[in-house]
Amino acid sequence: MPTTMINGHDVSVDDEGFMTVYDEWDEATGAALAQAIGVNMTDEHWQVIRFLRNDFKAQGATPTIRRVSTAGGVDTKKLFQLFPKKPAKKMAYIAGLPKPAGCV
Amino acid sequence: MKNLLILGGGTAGTITANKLRRRLPAADWAITVVDADDNHRYQPGYLFLPFGTYSSTQLTRSRRKNLRKDVPLVYGEIDRVVADGNHVLLTDGQRLDYDVLIIATGVSPRPDQTEGMLGDQWRESVHEFYTYEGSVALARKLDTWAGGRLVINIVDMPIKCPVAPLEFAFLADSYFKDRGMRERVEMTYVTPLPGAFTKPIAAQAFGDTLKEKGISVEPDFMVMEVDNERRTLVSYDEREVPFDLLVTVPLNMGADYVARSGLGNEMNLVPVDKYTQQSREYDNIFALGDANDIPASKAGSVAHFEIDVFLENFQQYIAGQEMTHRFDGHANCFIETGDKKAMLIDFNYDWEPLPGRYPVAGIGPMSLLKKTHLNHMGKLAFRWMYWNILIPGRPMGLPPLMSTSGKRTDLVTAEK
Repeated sequence: MPTTMINGHDVSVDDEGFMTVYDEWDEATGAALAQAIGVNMTDEHWQVIRFLRNDFKAQGATPTIRRVSTAGGVDTKKLFQLFPKKPAKKMAYIAGLPKPAGCV
Repeated sequence: MKNLLILGGGTAGTITANKLRRRLPAADWAITVVDADDNHRYQPGYLFLPFGTYSSTQLTRSRRKNLRKDVPLVYGEIDRVVADGNHVLLTDGQRLDYDVLIIATGVSPRPDQTEGMLGDQWRESVHEFYTYEGSVALARKLDTWAGGRLVINIVDMPIKCPVAPLEFAFLADSYFKDRGMRERVEMTYVTPLPGAFTKPIAAQAFGDTLKEKGISVEPDFMVMEVDNERRTLVSYDEREVPFDLLVTVPLNMGADYVARSGLGNEMNLVPVDKYTQQSREYDNIFALGDANDIPASKAGSVAHFEIDVFLENFQQYIAGQEMTHRFDGHANCFIETGDKKAMLIDFNYDWEPLPGRYPVAGIGPMSLLKKTHLNHMGKLAFRWMYWNILIPGRPMGLPPLMSTSGKRTDLVTAEK
């Protein structure tokens, strides 16, 4: 499995650079990942990322945009403003979680 | 005498009732099933109805007749589950007490959850094939359709049979070719996921199937509304996809009574332990099949494997022991790829679909992740197996947990 240097630490990532080990992430790593894809983190961004982290831990899957909006309390339009173009992918990337996937 | 109450007489509810009735002594346990009507549909058949493959009688049987004679079926709409009082209220006022409750009412397509979907173009140029009525209406539409822009869309995940929209695209391509009108149809696949294929090995196996068939993909598309006047799908980030015929998979949600009873998440799915399907809130409630929130595909094959593991756990549960069996999210399904061929995939929580042979390692006779005519025949033959083996709860001879033997696990670099 490939590893990469993020924020001074070696972390495991998949072919697209999504982190693969939940516990290798911390908020400093998240901030570095955000910077790498041009997202300027604010409190609103962190609220979303923390929801994703907690939800993944409880559910075992990266939440969908709809779940972030209904269970996480940040509406979909807002998510597209915070993480432009591809919020599902960008949120997962910054949160150090697998990107949302289908079965094939 | 204890009461086991099963809500829902579909795939999961019926298999569970039939298998448990054989295991539990009638003197100790009453098993009762509740459903609103007597129509048990073979839902995998909905995919083929729009292309004129099946008739209604092949897809519908009596729920009553699918259940063993010694399992009573109560017809009624569920008003709510009173979990703290261990009973269920029906809308006609009936009260059903339980010692153990199994929620197996699945999920349903909810076009009402997307703005404009139920507008004046509904069943005109806006269609779906996730209900019997919808598939029949779409068959009628396709039969007289002159061509134009066909848009195939998934509103959001999770949905029942997540590969069905892809299969629909492949079958539609074949259908239009057979009718000599393929060049008059422009096909677009619009998905909220990052692509039509998201798992690396499967994506490789499908390769350029979509490109070869001339189907373009619009990824990361979150539908905000269906604009009826302009016949256009509009996303939250203001992208627009115009259509002449939209075949959408509406949002899939669990039953409303689950929400009314305070037992559901935001999609009305019952939060359960993913290994035992026991409610996280109430020890004496389990949710089986599509109705729960486990991170597995919503499909009959998952329900079937899950129930085999559940039966073992349930014996321990009623004996007051710890449940030690763990369901692994095992699923397998045939994927129609058009031209009378299909692929077979087999996977679970931890392993993505891999190439190999199934069910016997090295022998098959089925090939995994390969387009073959035999897989297509398997898919068609499965309808008979569903009615005659799966639903009566007879042994299918397939182990419930996924096996990696015979699979190309070397293709996966991720640590397991």
